[in-house]
Amino acid sequence: MDNEKIKQIVLDIIAEIAPDEDLSDVKPDQRLRDQLDLDSMDFLDIVMELRKQHGIEVPEDDYMKLESLDSCAEYLLPKFPQQAV
Amino acid sequence: MNNILNSRIVLTGVGLTSPIGNDLETYRKSLLEGRSGVRLTDVRHMGELPAGVCDFEATKYQNRKELRIGTRAGSIGVFCAHEALAHAGLEMDALEPSRVGVYVGTTEHGNVETENEIHNLSQYDNDVRFWSHHHNPRTIANNPAGEITVNLGITGPHYAIGAACAAGNAGIIQGVQMLRLGEVDLALAGGVSESIHTFGIFAGFRSQNALAKHDDPAQASRPFDKDRNGIVVSEGGCLYVLERLDDALARGASILAEVAGYCMNSDGTDYVLPNPIRQGECIRDALKKASMKPSEVDLVSSHATSTPQGDVQECDALRKAFGDDEVLVNNTKSFIGHAMGAAGALELAGNLPSFVDGVVHPTINVTSLDPACDLPGLVLNEPKATDGIDVILNNSFGMLGINSVLVLKKFQC
Repeated sequence: MDNEKIKQIVLDIIAEIAPDEDLSDVKPDQRLRDQLDLDSMDFLDIVMELRKQHGIEVPEDDYMKLESLDSCAEYLLPKFPQQAV
Repeated sequence: MNNILNSRIVLTGVGLTSPIGNDLETYRKSLLEGRSGVRLTDVRHMGELPAGVCDFEATKYQNRKELRIGTRAGSIGVFCAHEALAHAGLEMDALEPSRVGVYVGTTEHGNVETENEIHNLSQYDNDVRFWSHHHNPRTIANNPAGEITVNLGITGPHYAIGAACAAGNAGIIQGVQMLRLGEVDLALAGGVSESIHTFGIFAGFRSQNALAKHDDPAQASRPFDKDRNGIVVSEGGCLYVLERLDDALARGASILAEVAGYCMNSDGTDYVLPNPIRQGECIRDALKKASMKPSEVDLVSSHATSTPQGDVQECDALRKAFGDDEVLVNNTKSFIGHAMGAAGALELAGNLPSFVDGVVHPTINVTSLDPACDLPGLVLNEPKATDGIDVILNNSFGMLGINSVLVLKKFQC
């Protein structure tokens, strides 16, 4: 697992929960909510899909760490199991 | 303002989705051609069963995210609301949103979404961390009406009206009352059903020995026929634009019909079994409110659901209400099954064109009429041309003994 793969995982989840959004030019260093029509319920969907698809738990206090693709990668990388590398 | 309580209320637009058409013209054509919309559909835990399935373009008025978050009932409601406004020649942008009310009848709501969540949870060892945060907004009782307001930016009152299978009429009646109270200037009112997506409805009817079965799904719903054996569950929706007559005339609206009278009452007797005495009283009281005699009714759009007992009891109620007065009687469930909360509104819609063309669509699938249902005015298997239809009485009854009757008349200034 590496940062780029995690960013793709997050983008794939966003594609499911916000299917009308154009994800072809999402800037990894900018807030997702500034670039896409995502609300707080959508972020709960992202958290749910990380739980369902990857067994990763994101506590409420850490939600801010999912604000951009870069911060997602930085935060989530240690949470992915090493055997998945 | 003094006379607002006595305002004449008219229907000026209709939006619908049914198993045999997603607009009034197509729906009516199917009814006159005798085309059933019942087909097999896969029901969770139960396999393929006959059902009425709608096939409308959900993305016409909602994006894919809205469809993912919302409910099927909400989506049906949104589609019907847009179509009704368009049919009435109205655009939401030109309306005062706080003066629009939304009243959506439902037989039930929340079963589909709850079953889906429980099924989802079972995939995760019943760990409730996997229960969706969308569950509550999806299952609150006002959901279908609320989704319409969110989609259209309506800020007037909205709610769903739980009235079992009398709900379609109940929604319309609520719209009439709110217009007469001056609470709103325009009502979107009728009913919706998403019930084919909950196995619980099918299983409940089967356990009650009231679920239709037939080798040919198109013949499964057969009210008044000797071989009828139960209900075909259907989805559907039908919302009307209701306005006070003065408002409708002022904007030059086309008027589909005028609400002449209505009644709702309760059996007060049983959870499931209908009560023909109360049904008959409901019919009589609706006519009384319309200041009409039974002999003035040209057509009864019957509720009959194709159950052995219920159909006979409605026929008894009609005999009690109409006596020797011959009135034409037809049934829409023979085409589309039982659209539950949408039934009353949808069944009325298919008959409204009779005010214009004088033709009464039939009840299909009657190959051997049950003598206990042999009403003199039954229109069976073929449409009937008449000298003119001026008054339609629309029956819709539901569990826990809830009865609703609407009387519509051809509009005349």
